[in-house]
Amino acid sequence: MQIDQQKCVACGNCVPVCPMGAISIDPVRNRAGVNADECVECYTCYRGMSMEKLNPVLVRTIRGLLKVFRLRFDPEPDVCPTSAITPDELTWPRVVRRAFSDPQVTHESTGVHGRGTEEVKTNDVTNRVGLGEVGYVVEFGRPTVGVRFRDIEKMTRALASIGIEFESRNPVTHLMTDKKTGKLRDDILNEKILSAIVEFKTRIENVPAVLQKVDDISKTLDTVVAVGVSTRCAEDGSSALDPVLVEEGFSFVRGKTNLGLGRGND
Amino acid sequence: MCVVRRTWDWAAGMTNTLHRYGSGESFNDDYIVFAIPARGINDKGAVEKQRRFLEIARKHKPINMGDASHGSIFRPSKELNPTVHWRRDPKRDFDTVVHCVSCPSTVAAVFDNPDQVVAFIKELRQEDLGLSINISAALDKAQECARRAGLERHSVEYSLGFFGQTDRMADRRTLELSTMCGHGMLSFDFVRKLVEWVKQGRRSPEQASATLARFCSCGVFNPTRACRLFEEARVGSGIRGQGQVAGGPHVKSVEAGRT
Repeated sequence: MQIDQQKCVACGNCVPVCPMGAISIDPVRNRAGVNADECVECYTCYRGMSMEKLNPVLVRTIRGLLKVFRLRFDPEPDVCPTSAITPDELTWPRVVRRAFSDPQVTHESTGVHGRGTEEVKTNDVTNRVGLGEVGYVVEFGRPTVGVRFRDIEKMTRALASIGIEFESRNPVTHLMTDKKTGKLRDDILNEKILSAIVEFKTRIENVPAVLQKVDDISKTLDTVVAVGVSTRCAEDGSSALDPVLVEEGFSFVRGKTNLGLGRGND
Repeated sequence: MCVVRRTWDWAAGMTNTLHRYGSGESFNDDYIVFAIPARGINDKGAVEKQRRFLEIARKHKPINMGDASHGSIFRPSKELNPTVHWRRDPKRDFDTVVHCVSCPSTVAAVFDNPDQVVAFIKELRQEDLGLSINISAALDKAQECARRAGLERHSVEYSLGFFGQTDRMADRRTLELSTMCGHGMLSFDFVRKLVEWVKQGRRSPEQASATLARFCSCGVFNPTRACRLFEEARVGSGIRGQGQVAGGPHVKSVEAGRT
């Protein structure tokens, strides 16, 4: 993402909007700029902010006059007055930043949409996670911290070392050069993204060991890791995962509940 | 060469409501019901069914609604008139959400009342759309809604909270607001700015809530809960409930002992 220097009036509205804190005002040039290494191409500034198309010279003049008298206009906080936010045309490998950070796009190289798969949200149709099985969604960089692929690779390699087989339709799996070892492509390792999800499943008896491994590796990463686990319920709605998680010391309040109303096409 | 394209043809897994931060009590007014087709299995003809889902939802008075590919009832504008700074249009655009659905995707409706959720699910059962229907909420509340609607849950997904460098996360109040967009579109800095503005009387909780909602591109942001959290911030209360915290650092990470 770029800020058009001809249009920017240094109002600062876009500065706090950036989830990565990558936008700041250059005090010398008095224009906003983007730290390209920290920008994850999430398009939050470009898509989330509303735009006006005011004349930049006029706006700068008015702001300058107000500043002389120590007055300050109180604009709406989510408006770019001169439509100065301008997307870049992205090429490989930087394009993976947007693919993993902007929820409204996908990347052709992965062939997968979004950051993850349907998890158990469509389990009533796919039966992806059966009775006695547990699905995992291990998400890096969430909430709003960000992550580089080299940290994700530390986790995928560690999980592969204990025999984990990664979900084939997951975007991160598509970026692996060796699914047996969890090795990711070298040319993306330094790319920073807003978040990515690694998915896999195991038998329920493996849950303690897997979660322990995730916990251990997470402590070595320079980011946060959000973890979700899922399972198929019994006919009475009970979940065999409840006692396992309680035994392992996890509390759980929130989750997703699949109501079982889905079915294949007739 | 630009190799990114918009997901007009198919968009899945986009709701991301699993890891909302807050106590159990904090989710008493937070229910997201969403519909999703399974790719390659029942996604043919899904667009009409998704529109129907949203039309039914609308009858039950959701507080937000959206489509993962095209946005929510709160939308930014690319052609603002400068007078907007004195009178921001509070319009909530339900029609556009319904009409814009154009590809198999995740469509969601947010409610602040379990009775509305139950009535909505009952009507969905009668309609028999064939799409997978999920509730993202406090697990016990979701199960209660399902049973009141005559259903037992098929599958369940649990949030186990955050591992790793949790010191890089924001304070609790900021997290409660920011994590209402699981895609990370609500930056910590922007949430803090709006909290301060509400405390200073520069914006009302409703205005601040609508501002945040415009950044959530799939319509799962809960404006009712946000208003409540902003109001609690304004008067210096909030942070209520001594129970378990959803999305909080899990007990082993903070070495608080096992539950």
